[in-house]
Amino acid sequence: MKSVNVSALGITLGEARILTDITFDVAPGECFGLVGESGSGKSTILRCASMLLSMWTGDVTIGGTSVRAMSVPERCRTLQMVFQDPYGSLHPRHSVRSTLAEPLIVNGLGDREERMARALVDVGLPVEFLDRYPHQLSGGQRQRVAIARALILEPDVLLLDEPTSALDVSVQAEILNLLARLREEHGFTYIMVSHDLAVVDHMCDRFAVMQAGRLVEVLPREAIPGNGATQPYARELIGASLDYERAL
Amino acid sequence: MTEPSPVLQVENLSIHYRGAPAPAVRNVSFTLGRERLGIVGESGSGKSTVGRALLRLLPTAEITADRMTFRDIDLLRASERQMLKVRGRQMTMILQDPKFSLNPIRRCGDQIAEAYLTHVKCSRKEARARAIDMLEAVQIRDPERVYALYPHEVSGGMGQRIMIAMMLLTDPGLVIADEPTSALDVTVRLQVLGILDGLVRDKGIGLIMISHDLNLVRNFCDRVLIMYAGQVVESLRACDLDKAQHPYSQGLLAAQPRIGGPRAPLPVLQRRPEWSQPVETAR
Repeated sequence: MKSVNVSALGITLGEARILTDITFDVAPGECFGLVGESGSGKSTILRCASMLLSMWTGDVTIGGTSVRAMSVPERCRTLQMVFQDPYGSLHPRHSVRSTLAEPLIVNGLGDREERMARALVDVGLPVEFLDRYPHQLSGGQRQRVAIARALILEPDVLLLDEPTSALDVSVQAEILNLLARLREEHGFTYIMVSHDLAVVDHMCDRFAVMQAGRLVEVLPREAIPGNGATQPYARELIGASLDYERAL
Repeated sequence: MTEPSPVLQVENLSIHYRGAPAPAVRNVSFTLGRERLGIVGESGSGKSTVGRALLRLLPTAEITADRMTFRDIDLLRASERQMLKVRGRQMTMILQDPKFSLNPIRRCGDQIAEAYLTHVKCSRKEARARAIDMLEAVQIRDPERVYALYPHEVSGGMGQRIMIAMMLLTDPGLVIADEPTSALDVTVRLQVLGILDGLVRDKGIGLIMISHDLNLVRNFCDRVLIMYAGQVVESLRACDLDKAQHPYSQGLLAAQPRIGGPRAPLPVLQRRPEWSQPVETAR
């Protein structure tokens, strides 16, 4: 289990300041949530931490090592990302087998068949699915494959970018249960972006509220039901979610 | 209180996309008065297809029904010419994402005014005035300014309010809202729903709200149809949603994580093959 420390993270794209001075720490084995409106920079934090974007300032360390200092293979074995839309994140013309084999080949790992089978079993899919293509899978199954792809290099940290928001409630429940079980079994550290506070409350121990590229407040999960936020924006956001739920 | 004649009557509606092995919608029946009806179900359950069939927006599907009437118009036999007078005038549809449903290269206000000009004989000036009034009714603070904006210059919440303004401007008898707030942030979702709800109530418009969100439907509808695999498995009053009988409805309700809920694994829907079997048409 490794901790994640983000300090003074900032990024400017062209003229636009996307993130300003983001600092938070995630304990080893914790599930940390990032919430906020669309455009507030939640996903950008994950993209910076995973070096999909590299021209940021500040520092992100995982288990004490800066992500910048890691070599690419080392980084890939430390952190992996699961994206929002399973319809877009799997290559449509690659079978599940080649999707899962790719990271193993790149990293020069042996026992490929065995590792692929284990990853599929881990996410609750039959091993025969190795020879299927994405269009032969349902949305929930695709997201399981995307999670299997993230697991196959046995990382310590999983970055989850709205992993269930493209899925139906019934399928969302399956994926959330899967993620909770994997965390228990493998001791992953999760950073999870979500716009749904009910999901955050279900999954995360603590979460950060974001607005316009700034981190407004870090709150424990217990702050949600009673709206224990102190910053006005965080109060508003939690209030809106509570109203939505209560109203309903 | 006397029961007013229903706005919409649908009996045994089936929709079969050409080339598909099975019908997308089977034997759906409902009547709609001046009320708010919710249609819920997972993706692929056929809920949007029903909405589109009502407006005859499915050129690639075969629509059959024992009866499908809107006011005194037989939607099954109406000519395309007649349908042009129905669509956008008497029956309108609010789509999911304003980013994709507004024309990106025309000013928002002109698009709203166009809806009015198409159906009502009037001057451009009058249409513009009506559009601005309507923008005000959907609680846009500076309607004159917003009238002149292009769709990329407005936020998602404002875009959806512009859509609502456009769809309610012609005083329709029925509005079909297909996932009207799924693309919006929680903070603006309630506001947009509140505006839609207020206008629909004030004007006495019938509303069909298509959504995957059971909680939303519970609050903003009077009655709910729950669809699975192209069929209505259950129809009940929104306030009785907790007492849903069908295992599918119960499963959907239970799968939703709740704020302050226990963090035990969420109950997972156990799909059963008999749910896809034809249900006997009650009522």
